[in-house]
Amino acid sequence: MLLDFSGEKPIYLQLAEAIEDNILKGIFQEEAQVISTTEISVKYKINPATAGKGVNVLVDEGILYKKRGVGMFVSTGAKKKILKKRRKNFCQGFILPLIDEASKLDVTKEEIIDMIEGSFKNEYHRD
Amino acid sequence: MNTIEIKGITKYYGDVKALDNVTFTMEKGKIYGLLGRNGAGKTTLLNLITNRIFPTEGEIRIEGGSIYENDKMLRNIFYMTEKNLYPGDEKLKNIFKWTRQFYPAFDIDYAKGLAEKFGLNINKKVKDLSTGYGSIFKAVTALASNTGIIIFDEPILGLDANHRDMLYKELLANYSQNPRTIIISTHLIEEVAQVLEEVVIIKEGKLVTKQPVEELLSGAYTVTGEASRVNRYIEGKKHIGGETIGNVKTVIVLEDINNKNKALAKELGIDFSKVQLQRLFISLTN
Repeated sequence: MLLDFSGEKPIYLQLAEAIEDNILKGIFQEEAQVISTTEISVKYKINPATAGKGVNVLVDEGILYKKRGVGMFVSTGAKKKILKKRRKNFCQGFILPLIDEASKLDVTKEEIIDMIEGSFKNEYHRD
Repeated sequence: MNTIEIKGITKYYGDVKALDNVTFTMEKGKIYGLLGRNGAGKTTLLNLITNRIFPTEGEIRIEGGSIYENDKMLRNIFYMTEKNLYPGDEKLKNIFKWTRQFYPAFDIDYAKGLAEKFGLNINKKVKDLSTGYGSIFKAVTALASNTGIIIFDEPILGLDANHRDMLYKELLANYSQNPRTIIISTHLIEEVAQVLEEVVIIKEGKLVTKQPVEELLSGAYTVTGEASRVNRYIEGKKHIGGETIGNVKTVIVLEDINNKNKALAKELGIDFSKVQLQRLFISLTN
């Protein structure tokens, strides 16, 4: 997980997203324990309240759950929930900024579509 | 864990007013940053909280009780001063033993463990320590004091990047295990920004703000763009720290970014960005 302290997003949200990414990638499996807020706090040198806030975002969304005295676990169905949420945000988070940047550069809609199609053909299989 | 109430504190040194009617409360169990430029009154405030000097006016209460001539209270506050006040000829391990006489909860084993992690030889004498190891020794003693309130005045003076990293991590591990009130007074703000929960900023003896770091940062943002457009944008908005390079102006605006502002900025072709604590601090205290 990488946190960008000079980035635009608040640290707690970056942290929540980083945990989600790890769930999507299968690094944190459903029903498995995840890194504790203390570990997060020490490892990334962030205030435990910030770490707790990031984790609580995911608890509120039902992606993580607390087992008293044991720690934090990934809920069953977490991956599905994250996918649903991220897909909903895809347009707002990726397409609109893309259009903004394109209009700054005078890139037309047709050019964008060409680039997307080209990228799918050539580069999409890069990993 | 202790609440510190600063009530209407004014402090004169002769004719010089070091603190001017300062009032705020630090809640227990949080990590505070005390920020201010040189001579802003940070150390004066810390000396007052630890009853080393007396206020000209006002009072300080900890957990509701007065700190004046209150030994029990003072044994629950550890103050790591910027200056090294330990006797030069004494060995570090002996100072650990002494410290426990005054701070009964002082954890010698933990102190020795930390010393080892930092590569600090406790058989050395205080006077033989480098600036960096002098800071490490004082910080280790502070962390091991196990008091409800720990105050660090410029804790990372002379520390290299590795040791600073270790110190922040040890401090957070210690705090996570035993939440207590921690006050860090420092100049190196950017590095410590994420470690802090709240900041207290003072300027020329007066309180500028006392706020959670996140709230402070989310209540401000930077706008950059062509100077006349930026001027139009900031009209009627509270702003600080204008900087112009060529025809490009950068200003910190003190308010939340809302949709109305976003639309106006887009119309004017102005860019937003997040403001860093260090930048905000410089602008607030300039």
